[in-house]
Amino acid sequence: MSAWETIIGLEVHCELKTATKLFCGCPNMFGDEPNTNCCPVCLGLPGSLPVLNKGAVELAIRIGLALNCTVAPSTFHRKNYFYPDMPKDYQISQYDQPLNAGGWIDLPEGSRVGITRAHMEEDTGKSTHLGGTGRIHGADSSLIDYNRSGVPLVEIVSEPDMRSGVQARAYVAELRAILVAVGATDGRMEEGSMRVDANVSVRKPGDPFGTRCEIKNLNSLRSLQRAIEYEAARQIDLIEAGERVVQETRHFDEQTGRTGTMRSKEEATDYRYFPEPDLVPLNPSRAWIDEIRSNLAPLPKARREHLLAAVGEVTPALVDLVATVVDRDLDTLVSAAINAGAPAQLAIARAANELDADGVLPSPASFAGTCQLEASGRLSATQAKQVLAALLDEPHGDPAAIADRLGFVAMDDGALDTVLDAAIADHPSEWQRYCDGDDKLAQFFVGKVMAATKGKANGKAVIAAIAARRP
Amino acid sequence: MTTSAISLAQAIAARTTTAAAATDAALSAITERDGELHAFLHVDADAARQAASAIDARIAAGETVGPLAGVPVAIKDNLVMTGVPTTCGSKILEGWRPPYTATVVERLIDAGAIPIGKTNLDEFAMGSSTENSAYGPSRNPIDPTKVPGGSSGGSAVAVAAGYVPVSLGSDTGGSIRQPAAFCGLIGYKPTYGHISRYGLVAFSSSLDQVGPFTTTVADSALVSEIIGGHDHRDSTSIDAPAPSLLEACGRGVAGLRVGLCSDLLDGADAVIVDRVRAAAAALEAAGATIVDLAIPELRLGLSAYYLLAPAEASSNLARYDGVRFGLREERDDVAAMNVATRTAGFGPEVKRRIMLGTYALSAGYYDAYYGQAQKTRRLITNALDAAYQGVDLLLGATTPTTAFGFGDKVADPLSMYLSDLFTIPSNLAGHPAMSVPFGTDSAGLPIGVQLLAPGRRDDLLFAAGAVLESEVSA
Ligand SMILES: [Zn+2]
Repeated sequence: MSAWETIIGLEVHCELKTATKLFCGCPNMFGDEPNTNCCPVCLGLPGSLPVLNKGAVELAIRIGLALNCTVAPSTFHRKNYFYPDMPKDYQISQYDQPLNAGGWIDLPEGSRVGITRAHMEEDTGKSTHLGGTGRIHGADSSLIDYNRSGVPLVEIVSEPDMRSGVQARAYVAELRAILVAVGATDGRMEEGSMRVDANVSVRKPGDPFGTRCEIKNLNSLRSLQRAIEYEAARQIDLIEAGERVVQETRHFDEQTGRTGTMRSKEEATDYRYFPEPDLVPLNPSRAWIDEIRSNLAPLPKARREHLLAAVGEVTPALVDLVATVVDRDLDTLVSAAINAGAPAQLAIARAANELDADGVLPSPASFAGTCQLEASGRLSATQAKQVLAALLDEPHGDPAAIADRLGFVAMDDGALDTVLDAAIADHPSEWQRYCDGDDKLAQFFVGKVMAATKGKANGKAVIAAIAARRP
Repeated sequence: MTTSAISLAQAIAARTTTAAAATDAALSAITERDGELHAFLHVDADAARQAASAIDARIAAGETVGPLAGVPVAIKDNLVMTGVPTTCGSKILEGWRPPYTATVVERLIDAGAIPIGKTNLDEFAMGSSTENSAYGPSRNPIDPTKVPGGSSGGSAVAVAAGYVPVSLGSDTGGSIRQPAAFCGLIGYKPTYGHISRYGLVAFSSSLDQVGPFTTTVADSALVSEIIGGHDHRDSTSIDAPAPSLLEACGRGVAGLRVGLCSDLLDGADAVIVDRVRAAAAALEAAGATIVDLAIPELRLGLSAYYLLAPAEASSNLARYDGVRFGLREERDDVAAMNVATRTAGFGPEVKRRIMLGTYALSAGYYDAYYGQAQKTRRLITNALDAAYQGVDLLLGATTPTTAFGFGDKVADPLSMYLSDLFTIPSNLAGHPAMSVPFGTDSAGLPIGVQLLAPGRRDDLLFAAGAVLESEVSA
């Protein structure tokens, strides 16, 4: 029997990082006292009218351009359904004329995922259900916070181009990096500023798409991957047991790692979309779109390519390190350090592993200087890391001076010989095996020397000394 | 009160009378007669007296006051005012006090007007007689056995009964012009987007417009200039200077071509047809050229309107769900509470239109109903635009009949809907229109003739309206 293929399409809701809400002047703030950032408009009070936030449109256009979409004249529609979180009992969204359509994302591993559309809409409020299971059914009472009501969202709908939970995870990670890079969002999934719905189906390769289920509200990369993998396995089990997959909406339970039924297609709402009469068509001028395009920050893919271009031999490990550096917004510093003379590979590795993007960063010159001292053998790796740590207190400090102050004097060869002699004397059988050709034991002796010198020895010099002793 | 708003404001500014006296006169007229006529759902006498004293104090201090300083006004109860109960004639909003004020009301207050209270209407402005108000109907002051028209019936009564010289109404399919015709007033529906809808509780957002009831064309022009103009809080508000309406009142109609439109006339009572022809003659005598024409597409307006307006209403009225404001019928879960609240809170006409509109937007029916109605709307707009290639204005009847009796049309909603036949096309096209009183029937009930103009040529209505007005008073 041939293997099953999983088909995944994702809908990602991204909260835009605007100062104010989509249709009113209320602050767009997470975590304030409930119902403090509200007005007649975002409470849907009778007589209130929406006025589109131009800043939100600009961020939405940035997203469209970054996702290689066509930005087109668009309209808003009302999506009608009753829900207590939603004050007007309709959501202002976009329907058949989205702002952005027809783009793609290239993932770091080389695949391309199509973007169907990226449209604008408003967020709902948030309910807290007291009593019962904590869900709306069976709750004793519910409290509603409308601070989030009317917060601008862009919903990014992908083509069903993904084939594994890992790929879906990579897609959301890359999408998140793009959205953060263009300044559209802070990308905090755990705070709900990015929420993912996954459409999952399975088929035999070459067959038509199978019946899909939609898993709602996945709020971490890990949950996304787990939910997809569970759901695909569930569908395969059903089909192999001779049953059918029923099209429905499901939720993912973080505790059990399983998906469960929310509502079936029969219960699906008829949203009765129609053009929102309170808003005029959104028709961004070509000049404005061009201006937004020309001010667009470099995207993660270009930034990764830029860093990789600075190193000679590209290894998978290095690709991962570069991804980390860009993901953590350290690539500007690394590039500056490379320009200031730091060896590229070392600067990338030290930035990825030793620097905290959210904390104090060394100046490019000091960072470059530290890398150079390490590369030249003046500092050991351990010492270089300690110098980097010390630079947090004086970001523009002179790495050589700091090394002197910390007492990092490169060991002279005589001292190294003495330590190595002692290590060999303490571990004669290991030394014999090394001499008999077991190369792995070189590292054992490097470790012994490092421990004895508290990391002051230069790793490369130690390796050279060990190799020189082998008969 | 027979004085116009303009002359009352002048008298108050000249200190020949006071805002307090004008307000007291309005309040005592209401006390005397509104038990019978029921124009008001809410009268705020204390607030009105306070506002009037403040105006008088400013005038006494020699301060510059607005053009309506001290003039009492009435506000249809679907326009919000901070802290003042707003019911929309519905039980579902009973007791709701909005936390904000409609732009039009704000602008009236800034001009010195004194809001006296909130006037009766058909529930959520759905109706043509005020018989759909959950708080009982209003009565026509000319003949209290007759309806005042609707939905802005209470606002029409407040002016026709002489309580106040100015009131605000809203017009979705004729809800200002029809009661103006029934009560013998000037009723003006502006170009869509000329007057802000911010704070007007929506019935059908793409059709609703606010406008005034007045006893003179010049008052209508003044009030409309005050409340009109761009409002950044209404995205459909036109962001361009409007033509001066007051100036147009003295312009005359010499050289204008007026289309006497059979499709705004056929089917009306003979006495109304006669008065429209008399109005045409009056305009001709004032130098206009009368052109007989037909625009058969206008006949399609009624059916398009009764799909589009309910469709938008079904969405606009979804928010009355018992969650945040107004009536709540407690039940064990949210959905049951929603249903119980809406069942108890809405009257039969509102429910009928919500169901009609929901159906028109449903999957599988959208194209046949809502979509078709939108096409018809464009067809009517195009037909009007084509007609305006040959004429500057259109003339017809406002209503097919004069004011009818209570209960006459309640049993048959369709016959009630037909009373909007001549007024609906302007709403569908977003064009301005005005009803001007032009005589009475044999029973003495007022007859209104209707002037229609192309979008953003509201000034033409005032030019022609003033000519007809002078003919009547001559
Ligand atoms: Zn707000």
